[in-house]
Amino acid sequence: MECVFGLVGEGFAVVAADTSAVHSILVHKSNEDKIMVLDSHKLIAASGEPGDRVQFTEYIQKNVALYQFRNGIPLTTAAAANFTRGELATALRKNPYSVNILLAGYDKETGPALYYIDYIATLHKVDKGAFGYGSYFSLSTMDRHYHSRMSVEEAIDLVDKCIVEIRSRLVVAPPNFVIKIVDKDGAREYAWRETVKDSIASSA
Amino acid sequence: MSIFEYNGSALIAMVGKNCFAIASDRRLGVQLQTIATDFQRIYKIHDRLFLGLSGLATDAQTLYQRLVFRHKLYQLREERDMKPETFASLVSAVLYEKRFGPYFCQPVIAGLGEEDKPFICTMDSIGAKELAKDFVVAGTASESLYGACEAMFKPDMEAEELFETISQALLSSVDRDCLSGWGGHVYVITPTEVKERILKGRMD
Repeated sequence: MECVFGLVGEGFAVVAADTSAVHSILVHKSNEDKIMVLDSHKLIAASGEPGDRVQFTEYIQKNVALYQFRNGIPLTTAAAANFTRGELATALRKNPYSVNILLAGYDKETGPALYYIDYIATLHKVDKGAFGYGSYFSLSTMDRHYHSRMSVEEAIDLVDKCIVEIRSRLVVAPPNFVIKIVDKDGAREYAWRETVKDSIASSA
Repeated sequence: MSIFEYNGSALIAMVGKNCFAIASDRRLGVQLQTIATDFQRIYKIHDRLFLGLSGLATDAQTLYQRLVFRHKLYQLREERDMKPETFASLVSAVLYEKRFGPYFCQPVIAGLGEEDKPFICTMDSIGAKELAKDFVVAGTASESLYGACEAMFKPDMEAEELFETISQALLSSVDRDCLSGWGGHVYVITPTEVKERILKGRMD
């Protein structure tokens, strides 16, 4: 039931993910951040087995940082995507990771980019992508309303349309979503879309 | 569903008069869902040698990277490009190395050999070469492709007629296969030039 989706706009890329941490029928928490800031201008939105998701994305994050320390320049989005695919591909026939990834990034030379990397290490550069059961709704909604070079307002509007669609049509729809954006000013959290607040509730 | 049908693919290579053509569909899917409609299945190894990889997309990407690596090393050592026959044997060897844990790909190799004689071949996922004088096919639509090619093929076609024939054979076959399609990618190679064309077919 994990929903992750993203799209590329004019000079930016935006990704959204649900924030439920679920174990069978139990919701552990509803504010689990599944979009990791890989470096200053990259985001990794990951869905899949919780252990693999955190371990694998942290591993990628640390290796991307190591490259920057060693070489003095950051990796491009394409290079980071190919590195991620390489790690998944190497592990595939030994000890596979069950993680689906949408890697969004911004490079000064080439602009925004979104890479679809599924758990069996299929890599493809896309304008819009989605994983999980939510993808059946978000991909169709994006197919209908997406056009190239959307503004931030239009893109967030489209993301909200997808969230509304998922909430109304997916049987075990996640209540909360986080939206993160990456553009020339860097990767940052844009907004949360919450219907259930996960705080220590003060009871009556 | 078979692992070869997970992503969906269609490939043809055809021989003409001192020229050859290689064509593929453009769909990248995950079983019933379409992820992208601009997926590249045909890769250039060098100006007179093209490789098409059908089957599981992740293995096609891994295999392509390994083969390009081997070809680049060959170029450094021999100071020349590989002949198509040699490359076919290389692909066959690389696939058979993984005999008991194979790459789930069916390659199609097409190239211009000595004296501009066109060479095409295909092989199964463990490297059993199938040389042909007229056409070879691979992918989820292979049965339709065999029928279409058998009906439409004529020996010694010139480049333009070859392009028409291979395009019609590809489009009519993928239209009967739900896992491949969304247009076509056709390369026509003569001793003097390489022409790449995108086909618009039924976009479903």
